[in-house]
Amino acid sequence: MPLSPIKPPDETPVAPPRALRLPFDPLLTVAVVGLAICSLVTLGAATKNLVPGHPRYYVDRQAIYLTVGFAFMVVLSRVDYSQMRKLKNVIYAALMFSILAVLGLGHAARGSTRAINFPLFSFQASELGKVLLILALAAFMVERSRHLRERDTTIRVMIAALVPAMFVIAQPDLGSGLVYMVVAYTLLFAAGTPWRHLAALAALVAVAAGFVLVAAPAAGVNVLKPYQVARLTAFLHPSSNPLTEGYQQQESKIAIGAGGKTGRGANASQIPNGFVPESRTDFVFAAAGEQYGFAGAGLLLLLYALLISRALRVLVMSKDLFGSLIAAGVAAMLMFQVFVNVGMTIGIMPITGVTLPLMSYGGSSVIATLLAVGLLQSIYVQARASAGLKGRVLRY
Amino acid sequence: MSAIERARTPDPRIPVSPQLALRVAIIGGMAMVMFSVIFFRLWYLQVLSGEKYVQQADANRVRDLPIAAPRGQILDRQGRSIVASVTTNAVQVIPSLLPAAVAEQVAAYRKRLYGAEAGFRVAQEKLQRYESEIKSGAGHADLAQRRELRRLQSAAQLPSVSVSPLPASAVAARRLFGRLGAVIKLSPRTIDERVVQGMTAVPYANVTVKTDAGLGPRTVLGERQSEFPGVTQQPVSIREYPFGDMAAQVLGHVDQVSPPELRLRAFHGVRQGTVVGQEGLEYYYDGYLRGVPGVQRIEVNAEGYPVPRVLAPTAPTAGRSLKLTLDLGLQRESEKALLQGIENARASGKPADAGAFVALDPLNGEVLAIGSYPTFDPNRFAKPLTPAEYKELVGSGSASGPLTDRAVNGAYPTGSTFKPITAMAALEAGVITPSEGLGAGSCISVSIEQFCNAGHVDFGAVGLVEALKVSSDTYFFEVGKRANARGALIQEMARRLGIGSTTGIDLPSEFTGVVPDSRWRKQQNAEELRCRQRRHVSSCGIVSEVRPWTVGDNMHLAVGQGDLLTSPLQLAVAYSTLANAYVDGGVGTVVTPHLGREIDEANGGLLQSLSFPPRRRVHLNYSDLGLVMEGIHEAASQPGGTSAAVWAGWDQAQHPVYGKTGTAQHEPLEDQSWYMAYIADPKRPIVIAVTVEQGGFGAETAAPIVRLMASQWFGKPLKFIGGSSKTF
Repeated sequence: MPLSPIKPPDETPVAPPRALRLPFDPLLTVAVVGLAICSLVTLGAATKNLVPGHPRYYVDRQAIYLTVGFAFMVVLSRVDYSQMRKLKNVIYAALMFSILAVLGLGHAARGSTRAINFPLFSFQASELGKVLLILALAAFMVERSRHLRERDTTIRVMIAALVPAMFVIAQPDLGSGLVYMVVAYTLLFAAGTPWRHLAALAALVAVAAGFVLVAAPAAGVNVLKPYQVARLTAFLHPSSNPLTEGYQQQESKIAIGAGGKTGRGANASQIPNGFVPESRTDFVFAAAGEQYGFAGAGLLLLLYALLISRALRVLVMSKDLFGSLIAAGVAAMLMFQVFVNVGMTIGIMPITGVTLPLMSYGGSSVIATLLAVGLLQSIYVQARASAGLKGRVLRY
Repeated sequence: MSAIERARTPDPRIPVSPQLALRVAIIGGMAMVMFSVIFFRLWYLQVLSGEKYVQQADANRVRDLPIAAPRGQILDRQGRSIVASVTTNAVQVIPSLLPAAVAEQVAAYRKRLYGAEAGFRVAQEKLQRYESEIKSGAGHADLAQRRELRRLQSAAQLPSVSVSPLPASAVAARRLFGRLGAVIKLSPRTIDERVVQGMTAVPYANVTVKTDAGLGPRTVLGERQSEFPGVTQQPVSIREYPFGDMAAQVLGHVDQVSPPELRLRAFHGVRQGTVVGQEGLEYYYDGYLRGVPGVQRIEVNAEGYPVPRVLAPTAPTAGRSLKLTLDLGLQRESEKALLQGIENARASGKPADAGAFVALDPLNGEVLAIGSYPTFDPNRFAKPLTPAEYKELVGSGSASGPLTDRAVNGAYPTGSTFKPITAMAALEAGVITPSEGLGAGSCISVSIEQFCNAGHVDFGAVGLVEALKVSSDTYFFEVGKRANARGALIQEMARRLGIGSTTGIDLPSEFTGVVPDSRWRKQQNAEELRCRQRRHVSSCGIVSEVRPWTVGDNMHLAVGQGDLLTSPLQLAVAYSTLANAYVDGGVGTVVTPHLGREIDEANGGLLQSLSFPPRRRVHLNYSDLGLVMEGIHEAASQPGGTSAAVWAGWDQAQHPVYGKTGTAQHEPLEDQSWYMAYIADPKRPIVIAVTVEQGGFGAETAAPIVRLMASQWFGKPLKFIGGSSKTF
């Protein structure tokens, strides 16, 4: 197997003194490692016919991305996240710069400009941007922790998220833009923003959605690209246009449904024969559903439930507000992506181009998600350290 | 990365406040709701509806290709094969194993084809829109509009898209097609075109390049497989008619089912591309003969190309065999005899361009031999016919071609072979008495029309038996004249015996027949007038002149002329009825003539006997019938009888012949020769009908053919003896 020279660093350093052993959150680790294995197994079966002569083409690459991501996760977990608070302006600037760079230099894939191609890697800024935005917004809110109940704070936070979200939607990457907005809203929610503000924001979203989807097209102004509108409406009546927008979702439902209780295994045809487009990225859940059936899909859901519950647990146990807010942002990001992605493959959500964290093939998404998990680990480690629950003397 | 030291500045630290706890609980609650929604949706899709989606997924991935079932044989009454299915080898190419240049060609061809089709649809829409525009506009289209319409019409033609030639760089493909073409005798270009078009039409199936490649290519391609990558051979079953043109019209032929046929009930459940019977017995018994095609299941991907996975095929079920009533020996000798008769007539300067024969077992209606000339070789349908060839087979204008079965679909006046029917009718109704002498003189005048004997011979006033023996027309004109006063006597008898209605033979079509009477005449007149009014023409040709039924019409009918139209088969049924009544004390069984005897399993076991119950029984006066039969027996056996010379040397005691000549007139053409015979035998009696168009007198041409057929049937020496009687 032509694996890259990048090796997963040993999680336990060579012969460390007992006191130096780092306490990872074991359940969180189990969840992400389990999802990584599921991703490799699912992609292995689903993509074996995609590149003639190279049945492991995508598996090998995903393995490399996961290895790099785990390396980043381990490194991040050993860093005290709270120091990053001081870098909030740098982080926000990096976020804006990378998103604008994509718009300027980006490489168009299927009509959207989402990534910059580097020699070995195509960098999708909006994915990393999710983590950067969580850090920047959390830091910003901690700074204004005495003014959290003020309207001013709410507005500023929302604008700080809305600006990058707009640029991302313009790429166009509607899914990531929505993730940004959901993250910002959840941070406000977790930080204790008054219910009034939250309700007003929700009402504003409803009005805006009505405007974008109904009023503006009626007036002849298209805010969303035609394909985005088509996808959104196709989800509402899937059989009206089975050959185009509805097709993908219909075939995805057939794939998952055909999986039955225990999956079709070697008999699977929908995914290996290419009836579901994007089955290695956005529709990877359909691949898992067909191959391994209700059992496999259920296992995946359990792992995601574990992951999200650990994120909420980290939120609660964090030593500071900054950590809690980061954990809330990560939890919101994961919840939204899992629900929207799985929902679209089973026909209860529109197609928005959101990846399934850790399962979907793609370096940017995998690494960004593992960076977020690294942050959770760091918060966990720091919380343990400060509470002195275990390993009172922690030296770095 | 350098170690980051533990934060020294104390961060604003919040204990888990009730407010945070509440909000985290809300987030957690939302997560739980979210997971349960997904969970129940998955339960619904996978556990509750799994079966449905498996079917949909299979419908996506599996393409069925039929495996043709070998068609059942057609056998003669002794089980000798008349029509067989032989296995031959089709040369096919496997698209996925061909050089890549071919796939590129296919992609280019498909693109252009779709482009052409899209253009065609646009042009059609334009045309339709323009047409409705003109229609909605007031009045007729003006000249400019019509010109524009013509331009649009010519633009709205589906253009033919040709396959672009293989580029010179595609060396592998060019070499392969060149080598293959040399073996199967096709140009490389033709092979390439067939492959590209086939791959475009059905991307997941092998493309048949040649259906019947034969033995030579089979060995060459089999032995040197490595030189022909992607070429394979598939056994296919094709129809073979080993006796060529023998009984071609009744046997019919086979071809792929056509789109209009697919909508017929007879072809319910037949898949496109299946080979089905097109005419004759092949069509009539198609449901038994065609078998059940097998299914080869091919798994395809989203683009429709096959993926390498083998799904179990369903084997085809061979068609059943059809055993006929035909006697192969009699059939072959009859065809030879018909040809001999025709050649003989031609030698004496008559056109003799067509003819037909039927031989029936009068007891049960089994058709022992049936044929029509001119004929054709059904093997010709194995290859596509050119329009000219097809036209030649169908015939043009009023002259029907070899495809027409004259024995069943011929529409003829019968001449004097009708006289026994006239005689039966007149005797039963008491119009005449057997001994009454009639028909003196050579002609009878009715109003201004003259009714004469052939050659203006004067037979004198003769009784019934003698009138039949010498075939006196003046006698029967007189009978016809008398019968007319009593209504449709002759017509009723003809209909009772089986003329003027379909016989019920197991063939897809047969002539109904016309027995003219005054009612029929009125109907025809009315139809003609309606037609003239509708079409604003002076004559539609349904009747030559609109006039009432006359006694002259009835007199013509009495000798089998005038408007009478029937087929040799109907006449054979009528004679069978007479023969049955003669041996059965006056009870005449009107049999259903038929060709099918039984359906056998492909391995030979009997599956089902076919039964054709008689149409009805007619009761004839036995003593009257005896006189009529005596008359036609004397005609065939006594000196002076019209066909006695033909039967010279025949053992009349062993196999008495009841035969009647007929000569139907078709001015200005040569006369049509007829002969009808019933030859008695306790075990295997036979009724034979023979006619030759433009063959001259009945005794000259048709009667000798009947004698040859009878000789074959009873195992007598075959001799062609021309008669000399010049009677109608």
